[in-house]
Amino acid sequence: MLLGRTANGLYWMNRYIERTENMARLIDAGLRIALTRSQDASEEWKSVLLSAGAASSFAGKHSDYTAENVADFLLRDMSNPSSAVAAMETARNNARMVRTALTRETWESINEAWMALKRMLASPIDQRELPGVLDAIKRETALIRGSFYGTMLRNEIFDFAQLGTYMERADNTARILDVKYYVLLPSVSWVGSSLDNYQWESILRSVAAHRSYRWVYEAEYKPTNIAEYLILNARMPRSLSFSYRFLAEHLKFLGEDYGARHPAQEIAERIYARLRGTEIKDIFETGLHEFLADFIRDNNRLGDQVAQDFGFY
Amino acid sequence: MVAFDEMLPAEAGLRRPYEAYDGWLKNQDPARLTEKMRDAERVFRKTGITFAVYGEQEASERLIPFDIVPRIISGNEWRRLTQGIEQRVQALNAFLDDIYHRQEILRAGRVPRELIATNEAFLPEMIGVRPPAGVYTHIIGVDIVRIAENEFYVLEDNARTPSGVSYMLENRETMLQLFPELFQRIKVHPVENYPQLLRQSLAAVKPNGVNGAPTIAVLTPGSFNSAYFEHAFLADQMGVQLVEGQDLRVVDGHVAMRTTEGYKQIDVLYRRVDDAYLDPLTFKPDSALGVPGIMDVYRAGNITIANAPGTGIADDKAIYSYMPEIIEFYTGRKPILGNIPTWRCSEANSLKYVQEHLAELVVKEVHGSGGYGMLVGPAATRKEREEFSKKLAARPSNYIAQPTLSLSTCPILTEKGLAPRHVDLRPFVLVSDRIRIVPGGLTRVALKEGSLVVNSSQGGGTKDTWVLDD
Repeated sequence: MLLGRTANGLYWMNRYIERTENMARLIDAGLRIALTRSQDASEEWKSVLLSAGAASSFAGKHSDYTAENVADFLLRDMSNPSSAVAAMETARNNARMVRTALTRETWESINEAWMALKRMLASPIDQRELPGVLDAIKRETALIRGSFYGTMLRNEIFDFAQLGTYMERADNTARILDVKYYVLLPSVSWVGSSLDNYQWESILRSVAAHRSYRWVYEAEYKPTNIAEYLILNARMPRSLSFSYRFLAEHLKFLGEDYGARHPAQEIAERIYARLRGTEIKDIFETGLHEFLADFIRDNNRLGDQVAQDFGFY
Repeated sequence: MVAFDEMLPAEAGLRRPYEAYDGWLKNQDPARLTEKMRDAERVFRKTGITFAVYGEQEASERLIPFDIVPRIISGNEWRRLTQGIEQRVQALNAFLDDIYHRQEILRAGRVPRELIATNEAFLPEMIGVRPPAGVYTHIIGVDIVRIAENEFYVLEDNARTPSGVSYMLENRETMLQLFPELFQRIKVHPVENYPQLLRQSLAAVKPNGVNGAPTIAVLTPGSFNSAYFEHAFLADQMGVQLVEGQDLRVVDGHVAMRTTEGYKQIDVLYRRVDDAYLDPLTFKPDSALGVPGIMDVYRAGNITIANAPGTGIADDKAIYSYMPEIIEFYTGRKPILGNIPTWRCSEANSLKYVQEHLAELVVKEVHGSGGYGMLVGPAATRKEREEFSKKLAARPSNYIAQPTLSLSTCPILTEKGLAPRHVDLRPFVLVSDRIRIVPGGLTRVALKEGSLVVNSSQGGGTKDTWVLDD
């Protein structure tokens, strides 16, 4: 038996851990473009901020789209609730609230990650150290994931936490694609310009897929392949399809545990079935942007339904 | 005044309970001990054993400093202490039952009626209510000080929601990690089973109508409360739910918690929320920490609340000075563990004595706290004493006086080696079908040289407390 508030805490704990990690990856990808193509950097930082859902709050505080400002805002600004340090703190506050549901190792890894981020991000980051800081953030979240997978019992506690992870991940990947959907649209010429190539690589890099893409597809980047990889490939761990495979699975486990079929499970299975039954050309035909916008809306709806089905509030 | 040192008293040499430890200590490399001290801090910080300090935004979580030298109590000393404690908690419960029913002790004139009637800790809502199994205060922390080989005194009875037991448990856990070899050499009574005992104790006072194992939960004000770590720790160790007011509501005459599968009935609530916040319908109407209507469920006998509402009347400062009378009234015997001698200035003889001995005494306001309006005789100037004496004469019933006690000391490890510091002791007592006392407790230590203030909020630390199995 689990308190609704505890289930809610587990869900948001993992959402915010996932968000912390995604924030580091987004900046990593932005940094790559900024370093290699300095004249396009401010545009790239704008799309990083859009993907992070932080464009308007950034604009209220800064006027220059520099690596320094963006990294500062997305990593260490406590007034930005999605900054890495703020997200980690929210994750840790949730973990603290649900502490009795976590193994000691999981709690300690979260607590240590929070302490490490606080320390690393206490003062403005020297640009030369930014790559090291991003690596360290990813390492901390990897350690959390390691102790979580390695020690947590596979029960409802695990399921609710995982719902948070995949919900956040699906949302994140969909946003990254939606911010850049136009560079993926088939252009008159199927051979991308070098600018497109950078953009494509940046998309892949922000979901840690720039190397694995080549293992699955040919060496050359093709927008349809990239879109297919991130949306439909069920083996790609940050794709929408992969995320929904696990969302549906964890909701099925919960249903079996509780001896009931919840509306949330219906929604997740429906979305998963749609992803599985679709080909990438169909998505491009009906419109990539429309598809992604629908997906983000459905994903939010599923979040609300989960909260309702399991007494989160 | 030279304080009694529990390890190495000035005149007598090394005390027996410390012999085995001292033998081990002599062979330790000081550098290694210093290293262990740092290890201990890392262990605490990593596991997040912190307490919140209100009002400090950035450093909102602090560690309570931990000292690695144990405070050691012999088996014999402990037996005497437990007899005194048992007698005391029986008297406390008998007093509470009486005060909320026939009030025989007031009729007998042993405790003045106005002390109860005008006291905020007395809850009229509890009049005529008898909790399940007749137990009012289930969990008690008795603060004990020592001033000589055979002189122990009770400083305070914490009969509402005593805290600190998690530190007792974590301190032991840390010592076991740091010095496993010590526990092989020296037979120390374990304290680890406290959570199981607490659970058994709470289960034994389940409401009458509950068949089978009761559902128990710990009620916390939330994760920003200074003792939240302890609330979570105890719930976890007992294997019960940790709930907040927002999780609970009254459903069909019972208190129930919102779970992922709907509302589930709770039978026993170990609450760490103060009386005033427990039920907005009965007490503070703006409280969001409690459960609207829980007092009605309680009065109907459908839930056990531990500790019962209204137990504060038993540990009130004004009542404290009557504890010897209270113990004698209900147990028919003299107290085994004494109070700190207290002169009530409302009594003519006492007033005369206090006036004559102001230079040796601490004089406190009956309802004061935090050191306000108090005179520390030895530290005051002649002029201050004279002025205080006038106030005392004008309103004698507003004051009590106590001798300035020299608390015993225990060595702590400092950068310059061992050094004595003042300590007190809080053993934890569980009352239900019987009385359970875990051999040990929380030793608080004033880390500043010469300081008598052991409170963690004012620079105090803690030590592991060993009761020897000898």
